[in-house]
Amino acid sequence: MNVSPESIASPSSYQICNNCQKVLRKKEKGMRIPRPLTSGPSAFIPEKEILEATPVDMHTNLLLLVGDYSSSGQLNHLTQVMGLHPQYLESFLRCQFYLLRIDGPLPQHYRHYIAIMAAARHQCSFLVNMHVHEFLQIGMCLEWLNGLDFAPQRLRNLNEINKILAHRPWLITKEHIQKLVKTGENSWSLAELVHAVVLLAHFHALASFVFGSGINPEVDADASNRFQDVSVNNFCVCDLANDNNLEDSLLPGMMDSVSELEALMDRMKRLQEEEEEASQEEMATRFEKEKEESLLVTSGAFEDEIVPVSNVSRFVSDPAFGYQDFARRGEDNLPTFRAQEFSWNDHGFSLVNRLYSDIGHMLDEKFRTVSNLTYYNMATHEDIDTTMLRRALFNYVHCMFGIKYDDYDYGEVNQLLERSLKVFIKTVTCYPERTTRRMYDSYWRQFRHSEKVHVNLLLMEARMQAELLYALRAITHYMT
Amino acid sequence: MVKLLLAHQKAKAVGPQDSEDQATRGHSYQCSLQQKMEKMARVTTALGSNTISGCTMFCHLDAPANAISVCRDAAQVVVAGRNIFKIYALEEEQFVEKLNLRVGRKPSLNFSCADVMWHQMDENLLATAATNGAVVTWNLGKPSRNKQDQLFTEHKRTVNKVCFHPTEVYMLLSGSQDGYMKCFDLRKKGSASTFSGQSESVRDVQFSIRDYFTFAASFENGNVQLWDIRRPDRYERMFTAHNGPVFCCDWHPEDRGWLATGGRDKMVKVWDITTNRAKEIHCVQTIASVARVKWRPERKYHLATCSMMVDHNIYVWDVRRPFIPFATFEEHKDVTTGIVWRHLHDPGFLLSGSKDSTLYQHKFKDASRPVDKANPEGLCFGLFGDLAFAAKESLISGGGDSNRKPYGGGGDRRYPIFFFKKPDLTEQFAHVSSALSVFETDLESSRMDWFVKTARRYLLSGKPFGELCDHNAKVAKELNRPQVATTWTMLRIMYSDPGSLTTATGISKGGSIPLMNSFNMKEIAAGGLGSEGRLDRAKGETRQDSTHLDPGNSLLNNNDENEETEGSEGPADYLFGDAELEDDDLYPMENENATAEEAEYILPQEAFPLRHEIMDNPSVPEHLQDKVDSPHVSGNEAETVCLTPIKSFSLISISQPLYESHLPASFFSPVVREMLQHYAEAGDVQMAVSVLIVLGDRIRKEVDEVTQEHWYTSYIDLLQRFKLWNVSNEVIKLSTSSAINCLNQTSTTLHINCSNCKRPMSNKGWICDRCHQCASICAVCHHVVKGLFVWCQGCSHGGHLEHIMNWLKSSSHCPAGCGHLCEYT
Repeated sequence: MNVSPESIASPSSYQICNNCQKVLRKKEKGMRIPRPLTSGPSAFIPEKEILEATPVDMHTNLLLLVGDYSSSGQLNHLTQVMGLHPQYLESFLRCQFYLLRIDGPLPQHYRHYIAIMAAARHQCSFLVNMHVHEFLQIGMCLEWLNGLDFAPQRLRNLNEINKILAHRPWLITKEHIQKLVKTGENSWSLAELVHAVVLLAHFHALASFVFGSGINPEVDADASNRFQDVSVNNFCVCDLANDNNLEDSLLPGMMDSVSELEALMDRMKRLQEEEEEASQEEMATRFEKEKEESLLVTSGAFEDEIVPVSNVSRFVSDPAFGYQDFARRGEDNLPTFRAQEFSWNDHGFSLVNRLYSDIGHMLDEKFRTVSNLTYYNMATHEDIDTTMLRRALFNYVHCMFGIKYDDYDYGEVNQLLERSLKVFIKTVTCYPERTTRRMYDSYWRQFRHSEKVHVNLLLMEARMQAELLYALRAITHYMT
Repeated sequence: MVKLLLAHQKAKAVGPQDSEDQATRGHSYQCSLQQKMEKMARVTTALGSNTISGCTMFCHLDAPANAISVCRDAAQVVVAGRNIFKIYALEEEQFVEKLNLRVGRKPSLNFSCADVMWHQMDENLLATAATNGAVVTWNLGKPSRNKQDQLFTEHKRTVNKVCFHPTEVYMLLSGSQDGYMKCFDLRKKGSASTFSGQSESVRDVQFSIRDYFTFAASFENGNVQLWDIRRPDRYERMFTAHNGPVFCCDWHPEDRGWLATGGRDKMVKVWDITTNRAKEIHCVQTIASVARVKWRPERKYHLATCSMMVDHNIYVWDVRRPFIPFATFEEHKDVTTGIVWRHLHDPGFLLSGSKDSTLYQHKFKDASRPVDKANPEGLCFGLFGDLAFAAKESLISGGGDSNRKPYGGGGDRRYPIFFFKKPDLTEQFAHVSSALSVFETDLESSRMDWFVKTARRYLLSGKPFGELCDHNAKVAKELNRPQVATTWTMLRIMYSDPGSLTTATGISKGGSIPLMNSFNMKEIAAGGLGSEGRLDRAKGETRQDSTHLDPGNSLLNNNDENEETEGSEGPADYLFGDAELEDDDLYPMENENATAEEAEYILPQEAFPLRHEIMDNPSVPEHLQDKVDSPHVSGNEAETVCLTPIKSFSLISISQPLYESHLPASFFSPVVREMLQHYAEAGDVQMAVSVLIVLGDRIRKEVDEVTQEHWYTSYIDLLQRFKLWNVSNEVIKLSTSSAINCLNQTSTTLHINCSNCKRPMSNKGWICDRCHQCASICAVCHHVVKGLFVWCQGCSHGGHLEHIMNWLKSSSHCPAGCGHLCEYT
């Protein structure tokens, strides 16, 4: 990728994403830019690894599965990476299939358009392209693809909750719901709204996965169609693969990563055994501490708020609206969301299933699968109960969204999740578009890629659930 | 003739029997422990029954309640929630706050209660389950302000439920999210035994009221387990009660074999567990997930439920009448979180706490009875005009008899009584006896035959507009519907005018009609530039050509049509095109060239709007119709519509009476719109939709989308009821509304299983991915059938449709050689 600095300055046909601009800027300062690793389904995971992880018979199984649930019947990069966990993939695909294809409150083209809107919020060109393609196949209302301004008012109204859910879901209130449901001509029925909300949450979370796993853009054979041309070929080549591992040498070497793993397992064991009684006050402050700390966990490099220019931006309005920390210091703290007051199992499910029948079961199965998914091993060690680790990951994500579990000791998070992992989690769940290969590489160096994909799955589902909980709680408030 | 048929169902109305006391009925018990329990129960009865009185009342709490529980003597109630833990005394007309158990400046999470229970033996003893996993007991007898007694922090996750043993003072059971149940001995520091459900989170635990050692636990995965308290190693019994979490369970206070469970699947089920396998004996379907269920004291079949989401009411059900609640309490403004009957032996008072921060006492007498409000009348139309009507017998027998009698003769046929329920005296349900009448109709007017026939025979596309109208008019006429027939003919005249060239004189009248203004201007302009005008005309032709092709195309490809209609075909365009075409100066020239250009003149008549006003003059249409029809038909003989002869004809003979006015097609749009609305309102949505389709763009923009969609859906619904699938499909295809169009694109998957391995075939229809066998092989040519596969239902052999057809022409035996005599119909 030898783009000369001059070509950046001149209005070239290539659109350069934020990341690249930075890289290029650094290059100007005379640094070496490594060639991104772009072959294969993921930019983070060597293609070899994915192929090895899926033996031939499993591969055919995957194909069958995908054939059942997708229109093309082909494995795309996303399903290939997710295929590292076939058990999960099945429930994922079934749910997505139900959301997009089975009879529901919204017409098909609306569903894909909402998917595009949701993915565009995170500038996830992979998903946007995928659904632009699907939208083209339906062949209705093609002018909408020219941008959000060409879509009907009804869809544009959805943009408000799209951006809130994508970046600061805790801000959603019943007034937002009311605005959508009671606007006369362009109003949404509750059933449609729930469908839309589930779609939004699904694709926001999926964008997290796409970025977190560094999914490479599809190289589409039939680039003949207009939109593909625009979106793929004109898109910044680097996409996700670029990484600022310019400072690679600065990172600690592999030597201590072994001891890192040992230490983690040690801590898990200790936590499991110890009957240490933390005082009530301490338990209460631990959540706050974790919440506060998540503030500090930032990827530093991105202090500047450059709004990226990419051609998915035509599906985005108010692009400046981005993530803000839930716990901002010096401001009135927003009330913590008590998981016991509104939980997925008790409340979310009933509501969502009532308004959009059977989706509850699909989501339920997906959440259940992901929370129970385990292979009883960690890196090279086998026969390990990872429940604690999985729960720490899940609850940490919810913690960043301000959702608190009374029965969880947030001290565990601190013990189990190292800082580099926290950085990764925060980036992937809150502003996935900023994920870099370096972040992905720098945590859990001993672990297999499939395990890191497992982490991504957990993050994705935790995020989706958090968004859904906030949205559904707002809908409940609206209804009562 | 109208036949009247009657079926009677009689039952005696039974009123509520609130005074009956069933508690002291004799029961025989096998073990002495149970006798002891029974004694206890009697003692409490004696204590309480005299003192309970009160009214429906409520008080505001400071915070939402999660659970409530009453003291044994029914004089006090404890309310627990995340931010509240208080005891209220129940007085005659109000709640009085007695005690706030939430003490300390910064209350810990141990005070954040998910559940609370008051011991039924010791009125000083309370237990709470905290959301952080702690189980706390409280001793009200303590002199200090802090009444907290013991704290157990053995559970790792939220404790969902605590339950005291009904007779044993020191035994406390808890069920937690972590999947464990623990039994605590309050004399010891820790748990006496731990029960592992080996499945998911525990939602509810309940000691059996009658069996000393038994308790039931309900789980998030839908299971219910029965345990013996002495055997912590494994459950006695397990059964799957619900689909999804079982939120609650409750033992029947009288019948020791009965357990009621409520789940997220919106069901309440009553199980008989005395048999080998737990048997579901009653099932009530509610409208929301069931959060709590409580048997009503003294009423064997009654239970109260409340919901976790959406629905705020409390229902009392008679499990034998699962379709309508026996009583409803509608006071709460947010979901009810806790319900409890005030006294163990008094069915008259129910207490409830809610998320809306109120605590209610409901007096049963004040409950609303949905049965009273329910409408026992039902009315339903059959597809072919029959009418069934069920109503309270009293209503019908009152005034109805005299009316009924006259029809009671000859052809009257009594329907068999198809439901009859023996009245059960113990059932306190208002019995409704109703009479069912079925009216059959022979009247031609209410028969729906015309609908079916019309739907089948109408042509909606595939021919030029005029022909479609004519055809449909003919169909209507044959079916004896003159008004509809006339409408079709009028439509044809309005929108396809062969006499369009008479516009020349329109100028004189043009000024009076606003629409004509722009038209005139253009006309003049075109007139001034004779030669250019001709070029324009050619342009107009091609454009209209494409219009003509439209209906045909749409059959093949909806999208094409969509694009086409989005394009330049608005009414304004028509006007423009007309202006050029109808140029007076051009006419002679056209006529001269007519023969030479004939090939190009396969223009549909529809392209030429009418220039005269018919609606003002009722006599004109008839006159016009006849005249226009005849030449038109002759013109059609060549299959293609040649315009020239019609033009010349209309110029000569027809145009004369029409000289008065010249109107563009759009002038009629409001009239036609009204006409469509009239038909739709009058119940003939068929006509409305058919016209809408046939007229296509001419009218589409006039009627708003929502109405169109509404018409389409109604018509499609009707068609499907009559099983006219093909017609309905055609209508869907031809509709221009995207919402209707996409009906055809949903549910298009056809799932097939492999004939070899019986597994679903996923990828391709003809080869199984799992057993790698070709699933469908033609018995004649032994090749794989990839398209239509026809098979004999007798021997299940088959193959290519064509091959089988040919084979069976020459042979009557199955081509596979199985010896079956296949039939092909």
